[in-house]
Amino acid sequence: MDPRRSTRASTGGVEPRFRQVGFVTITNPNPTAAAASSSSSSSSPQGSDVYPGSLSPVMIPPPRIPDHHLADDAADSLLPSSPPPPSSSRGLDAAASDLDGDYDDDDDDVDVSWARHPPAALLESKEDLPDTQNQCTPVPVQQKQKLSKAERWAIQEAQRLSRKLIDTGSTASSAMSKQSKTVKTPLSKHLPQTMPPVASDKKTSERPPDRDKKKDVPPPRIQFDDAHRVEKAKKRSLVNQAEAQNRVELFRHLPQYAHGNQLPDLESKNFHLYPVHPSVYKVGLQYLSGVISSSNVCCMAMLLAFREAIKDYSTPSAKTLNRDLTSKISGYVSFLIECRPLSISMGNAIRFLKNRIAKIPLALSESEAKASLQSDIDRFINEKIIVADQVIVSHAITKVRDDDVLLTYASSSVVEMIFDHAHELGKKFHVVVVDSCPNNEGQELVHRLVAKGISCTYTHINAISYFMHEVTRVFMGASSILSNGAVYSRVGTAVVAMVAHAFGVPVLVCCEAYKFHERVQLDSICSNELGDPDVISRVPPEREDLGHLKNCTYNENLQLLNLKYDTTPSDYVSMIITDYGMVRCSLTIYFSINSSCLYTNYILPMLSLFLSPAFFFLKNLNIILSMLTKLQIVRA
Amino acid sequence: MPDVQPLVREFVLKLKRRKVEGSHAVARQTAELLRSVVSQHRMGSTNQAAALADAIRGVGEQLIAANPIELAVGNIVRRVLHIIKEEDISSTAVGIEGLSVTAESDDEYDSENDDHPTLSAAVLAAHARNALRAPSLQTLLEDIPVSTALSRSASSAGDSDGKSGDKSSKSRKLKHDVIAAIGDLIDEIDTCYDQISEQAVEHIHQNEVILTLGRSRTVKEFLYAAKEKKRSFRVFVAEGAPRYQGHVLAKELVEKGVQTTVITDSAVFAMISRVNMVIVGAHAIMANGGVIAPVGMNMVALAAQRHAVPFVVVAGSHKLCPLYPHNPEVLLNELKSPSDLLDFGEFSNCMNFSTQDGTPLLNVVNPTFDYVPPKLVSLFITDTGGHSPSYMYRLIAEYYSADDLVVKRRSTSTSS
Repeated sequence: MDPRRSTRASTGGVEPRFRQVGFVTITNPNPTAAAASSSSSSSSPQGSDVYPGSLSPVMIPPPRIPDHHLADDAADSLLPSSPPPPSSSRGLDAAASDLDGDYDDDDDDVDVSWARHPPAALLESKEDLPDTQNQCTPVPVQQKQKLSKAERWAIQEAQRLSRKLIDTGSTASSAMSKQSKTVKTPLSKHLPQTMPPVASDKKTSERPPDRDKKKDVPPPRIQFDDAHRVEKAKKRSLVNQAEAQNRVELFRHLPQYAHGNQLPDLESKNFHLYPVHPSVYKVGLQYLSGVISSSNVCCMAMLLAFREAIKDYSTPSAKTLNRDLTSKISGYVSFLIECRPLSISMGNAIRFLKNRIAKIPLALSESEAKASLQSDIDRFINEKIIVADQVIVSHAITKVRDDDVLLTYASSSVVEMIFDHAHELGKKFHVVVVDSCPNNEGQELVHRLVAKGISCTYTHINAISYFMHEVTRVFMGASSILSNGAVYSRVGTAVVAMVAHAFGVPVLVCCEAYKFHERVQLDSICSNELGDPDVISRVPPEREDLGHLKNCTYNENLQLLNLKYDTTPSDYVSMIITDYGMVRCSLTIYFSINSSCLYTNYILPMLSLFLSPAFFFLKNLNIILSMLTKLQIVRA
Repeated sequence: MPDVQPLVREFVLKLKRRKVEGSHAVARQTAELLRSVVSQHRMGSTNQAAALADAIRGVGEQLIAANPIELAVGNIVRRVLHIIKEEDISSTAVGIEGLSVTAESDDEYDSENDDHPTLSAAVLAAHARNALRAPSLQTLLEDIPVSTALSRSASSAGDSDGKSGDKSSKSRKLKHDVIAAIGDLIDEIDTCYDQISEQAVEHIHQNEVILTLGRSRTVKEFLYAAKEKKRSFRVFVAEGAPRYQGHVLAKELVEKGVQTTVITDSAVFAMISRVNMVIVGAHAIMANGGVIAPVGMNMVALAAQRHAVPFVVVAGSHKLCPLYPHNPEVLLNELKSPSDLLDFGEFSNCMNFSTQDGTPLLNVVNPTFDYVPPKLVSLFITDTGGHSPSYMYRLIAEYYSADDLVVKRRSTSTSS
């Protein structure tokens, strides 16, 4: 008990050593350097060398461990199935080919925003990865076919004409929505616009972006108590889903399918000719069967499948690539949704991809467009997932001190990376893995952690109050962070956060920025996913003496409910660690304001926020409040 | 008392080996054992009550040490000690009263005594309780009738022994009364379910949504009673890993036709916002109103508090423990086998890893109980009615005497 007390006291902000942590972007000892790095790192095409500067000072690479160690680990733990190692040379190639093409200005923002390369060290280490790891080995980008100048000019003219027609049709209808959007995103307007790519953004904003701006408000999800729409959806579906027998009345609006019978059905159809690309089909099956379940892995598998599909795609005659490919992707997506409802991160990735497809200039040849899309996907995976995870680890590592007792729930890849990295740094800490049936993901985590020599305690979620006294930090992953600050994550996260809150233990949620979503949600019922209910009745598979529910699952009075997600209220979460820094939950609103520019850059609005005097005031207020009210991690 | 020792030893072994578990079974068996201890006890000539109490203390000490987590053992021992004290006081009071009483009620008493031996004993005990206690809510209104009824029966009792002043018959009287009172206690333990479930309809309304965790017989009977009164309601049962007693409860409820939904423990927070009331059982109720309950209950209580859902604990009065908890999560807890959580075969390879100083890398924690602080509890429903947590200390004062809190044999007294 005593050591715990002392560490608690230090969280109050008395110890100078610990006051350093927090909003690390501000604690830069050298503000001019920070400003410089911020301006240079934000979007310059030669960004590969300034990558460390774009991060906080806590990103100093650990001296003991060579850089590739981390990268290897990250890649290993993140990509169990099919990692996409985008080689630096390929990324540069793509960027270069984009830049030296002579199409119009409109496309610059598109390319340059993605031209921020990961550090050379990371990329080199990626190249070291054996290629055998890849199931879908990425093909090198094809050199674009050389057309004669006259030909290209002719094509461009034709496409411009057609685009004009489309624009005049759409601008009238979307004038209103555009207005509202400009009100909604004042922050992005205030960005320092000196950088060439962002400056060109101004020009492009007058272009047709109505199409993707309209998608800002996501269409209402299908409600499964709406019989009419469900019927319609069923006619279109490939997957033959049967309704579960004893449906829970409260969750009529969610799909409640009987599990376990459609997988063999789909597998048997594997070799049939389908409108679905085989790689997408494979991911769908994996997703359905639960072979892949971590949201990062799912997202990457899906993107890689789309990448394959785009590679094999050819535009039918008398159709444009933009529209046809978008509808194709939509078809794939609806197939995946039939397999299992998509997680929010996957939804965001799909939005990104569709956005990219829509923004492909018509002037581009098909192979060029495909190449640029493929490299976009690679970059998304690399920047938004792999590098983002590494950045999160580097932030979170500052929160791990010697003699800490860290608690985590189930198994999150980022949290595992944090533990690994802290262990490599030689920190002495103890991990409490809290698990819950029926998934028992924590067992795997315990296996891996113990194998690495990290001392662990394994317990189940009911016993969490027993251990919470001794815990100093709670690290958890998240499936998504909603714009009201709620954390949407695997079921049980809310319970853990609640108990930690009751015991005054800080809760740190690690979540990549690409998982943020502008949706708001107050409870866990309006939107959720229902797992296989029968799993509950055969819950301890190895203990036959406990199978009490085996014979009465068909009783009409009995319903089994296997929720997949829950929503943690924001006041239970002390801090969210993203790849753009560590924020309090209430700050997610700034993220969500910018979620429309999810695909450009978060760091600029974040930095401008941090550096503005108003924010300093807010921040200090925040500190005072948090010191007064509860034990928090206080920033300097 | 050589005849009792084997019995005591057998029960101690049972407790130690966790052969008997659950406060109801433990309480009942403890009471039965103590009854036989009393009946085997050879009464001395002087200071009988103290000697008897000391014998009980001696046995109680062993029993409590055998399984300190089963607080019901200590409760019953203290109840019996209290009973002895009460009987002692009432018998001396009777002795004093008896001198000034006519013998006219003698025949009437005898006939009554033959027909309802326990009844008269109960009345006696009730009176004795009144004599010991300050006025309370329970006894506020029954004061007058009880005392009149008692003065008659007590006087008659006094009539038979008091005048003669025969020591042996008086000691037999004390012993007999104590045994009868313990019999009442056993009856009370047995009937607590009925008494509690009688109150069910007062608390469950039509279309109520109730959440419970794990399995408790009290909760089951409570819900059954409401169902029998034609209330229709819906129950969410959290399965209560790792013992999955919730499955058993769900099965029992479904057989009675109650609409039941089994949820995982982790979904408690998600579902609690749609729940009207949480009804759970308890392992023990502490004097401050805190509850020692099956593991996971603190989590449910916190979630209920967050959503302002009433958190109701149903428990028989044998679970009332006069102790105040200190660090109950650790000190009043019991760790079970890790094999409930992890398959030994699967994790045998993990057991090899260890640091230099020999401490294992992997700990598996599987506690049995959880402590719910009193501020999270909305209501206690015991067999004497509903009480708020802050009233618990008062209720406890009615059942236990303050100097019995530490059950320890007094070295100064002579044992028989």
